[in-house]
Amino acid sequence: MPYLIIGAIVFTLGIFTILYKKNAVGILMGVELVLNSVNINFIAFAKFVDRGISGQVIAIFIIILAAAEAAIALAIILNIYRNKTTVDVTELNEMKN
Amino acid sequence: MITLALYIWLLPLLAFVIQIFFGKRLPRKGDWVSVGAIGISFVLAVVMFIRMLLHYDPEFASHAVIPWINAGTFKISMGMYVDNLTIVMAMVVATVSFVVHIYSIGYMEGDPRYNRFFAYLSLFSFSMFGLIFFDNLFGIFMMWELVGLCSYLLIGFYFEKDSASNAGKKAFITNRVGDWGFLIGLLIVFTTLGTFNLIDIHELVAQGKLSGGLLTAAGVLLFCGAIGKSAQFPLHIWLPDAMEGPTPVSALIHAATMVAAGVYLMARISFMLSIDAMLVVAYIGGFTSLFAATIAITQNDIKRVLAYSTISQLGYMIMAIGVGAYQAGFFHLVTHAMFKAGLFLGSGSVIHAMHHAMHKVGVDEDPNDIRLMGGFKNKMPVTYYTFLIFTLALSGIPFFSGFLSKDAILGGTLAFAMAQSNPVHYLLPFFGFTAAIITAFYMFRLVIKTFYGKPKRPDLYEHIHESPKVMTGPLVTLASLSIWIVFTLPSVNPLTAEHGWYYHLVQKPETAVHGALAPTEIPEHIEHVAHVNGMLISIVFALSGILLAFMFYFWKKWDVEALTKKIRPLYDLSYHKYYFDEIYNATFVRGLLLWNNMLAWFDGHIIDGIVNGSAFVVRNVSKFSGIFDLGFVDGLVNATARLINRVGQTARKIQTGQVQYYILGALAGLILIIVVTLI
Repeated sequence: MPYLIIGAIVFTLGIFTILYKKNAVGILMGVELVLNSVNINFIAFAKFVDRGISGQVIAIFIIILAAAEAAIALAIILNIYRNKTTVDVTELNEMKN
Repeated sequence: MITLALYIWLLPLLAFVIQIFFGKRLPRKGDWVSVGAIGISFVLAVVMFIRMLLHYDPEFASHAVIPWINAGTFKISMGMYVDNLTIVMAMVVATVSFVVHIYSIGYMEGDPRYNRFFAYLSLFSFSMFGLIFFDNLFGIFMMWELVGLCSYLLIGFYFEKDSASNAGKKAFITNRVGDWGFLIGLLIVFTTLGTFNLIDIHELVAQGKLSGGLLTAAGVLLFCGAIGKSAQFPLHIWLPDAMEGPTPVSALIHAATMVAAGVYLMARISFMLSIDAMLVVAYIGGFTSLFAATIAITQNDIKRVLAYSTISQLGYMIMAIGVGAYQAGFFHLVTHAMFKAGLFLGSGSVIHAMHHAMHKVGVDEDPNDIRLMGGFKNKMPVTYYTFLIFTLALSGIPFFSGFLSKDAILGGTLAFAMAQSNPVHYLLPFFGFTAAIITAFYMFRLVIKTFYGKPKRPDLYEHIHESPKVMTGPLVTLASLSIWIVFTLPSVNPLTAEHGWYYHLVQKPETAVHGALAPTEIPEHIEHVAHVNGMLISIVFALSGILLAFMFYFWKKWDVEALTKKIRPLYDLSYHKYYFDEIYNATFVRGLLLWNNMLAWFDGHIIDGIVNGSAFVVRNVSKFSGIFDLGFVDGLVNATARLINRVGQTARKIQTGQVQYYILGALAGLILIIVVTLI
């Protein structure tokens, strides 16, 4: 049980980081936090629920996916930096109105 | 008989139509069309007359009817009715009309509107015959108006002269005033009896369907039409002015026929006159005869004297109908037509000669003025002798036709007065006899001043000559019809026509009015006494009138000028026609103009004011409506637009373009869903 609570706290912190960080890389860090909190949840369930090792397998999936996704996200941020010389997300408002 | 009547009636109409459209282009301007038509009508009238004489039936009547208007209960049918009265009247009209047509060939020669004159004469003949032949009051009324129209056209024939066109208008309008009464009388008859047909009316009145005060009223109102048409007092004013028309017109219309239409109408409706109506008729007739005679004494225009004489003689005829002397009145109509037409044609002959003389000498005075004449009997013998015959007839001297008829009337009035219990009715024969003496006086004054003595203007007298045969022929014809023998055959008694062929041709119709309002029957012996006495008195009066005229004007025993000065006020009254024209002008004409001005003011200010006011109101209402429309409705629309704009502006802020915002939104939604499912 306490593992789930930690997972929830980390999830919330991750969400807050996504929402309130100005720096794009900071938001990425928040995304990582969220993914890792999900991982903690899965591992907890793998241990205490009798379903074999499915949880651990999913956790590994998630780590790989997170890595791939982080690579792509960094590539995008790099491109944005090239176009706009900033990584401040409040400057990225071309979808405005 | 009816077919004959139809031809007699319609031929002049055909002549009128041809004349008025093609007259100018025909040879001799088409006078032969009109003269031919009336000539044939005359021949047919003679045929009708002879037929009547050959198969004489005192009750003869021939009738043919066509339904005309048929609208439910409202029915008027038109028909022709020929009886002895009609035939004699047709004879008179045809004769005088024919004679006048021929005379006009000479008199109107050279006139620029020659063809139109004959067209109008034909139209008049058509209307007059129609008036005689119709069997219902409505048809008679239509023809009545038509003769009035012809009178207007012919009086105003020289319309370039203001006086002539005014006289035409005066004649028509005065006639119209009388016709107003006529119409009301017609309406009374129609609403109570439902028909205009004279024969039906006779029956219905005898049955008592129309009686009492209403019957008297109807009779008097129908008489109003006759007052207008026959120029009785107070509607006599148009006839003297009508002398502005050419003399043949005066002879035809204003001596012989149209003015006789009033008497004819009275004869036709005499059966429905109650005693009160008859008294009204008699008194108006009697008063008129005296009244007009007193005016004629002082007139200096030859035609005016004759005009007033006509009014006076018509008064005699009307009075005769009023006292029940039906045959006498109609007899006088016939004889009067002959000699009055003759008098007018004779005066026309004189005026024609004066015209030529004035042209030659280069004088521009009134050719009708008798003060410029004198001694014409040597220069115009035929005119003089015929004129003398006519004058003797008019004055009521035995051996002439006028005496027979006038005496019959005077005897009739005397008999009436004697048969009444109220002695005031002796006023009627008083009117008659006094007028007789005055008539003789002024007619001989006219003859003496025109034909006797020394010429007042020798320069004009030189160029006076007799008129052409086409003008003197008619004069001789009419003169031969004014001798007593024509009417008294087979007897040669110059004093009475009772035994002659003519007098009993037309029988007096039985009156349809019974009971309290019935006309009085005059017993035989009173009639006889009255006639004998009347004859004596009338001969004496006529001769004294002539004597007076000679004393004043020929033998110059008594001084006219001195007498005139002594009775200056009376003379003025008479000379100025009792100032009637002036009175009417000041009262009716001014009153009418005042009324017109008032109405014009009303129309201009009040009615136009209302119209303008409503326009003003409409304009302002529409302004307000416009404001409402623009302000309110448009405001509403604009406000809605602005609201949406605001909302949109506000809603737009959600689109920040910042991804984090969107993620927050998504998160919020997710939590909402979880909460909702958990609850």
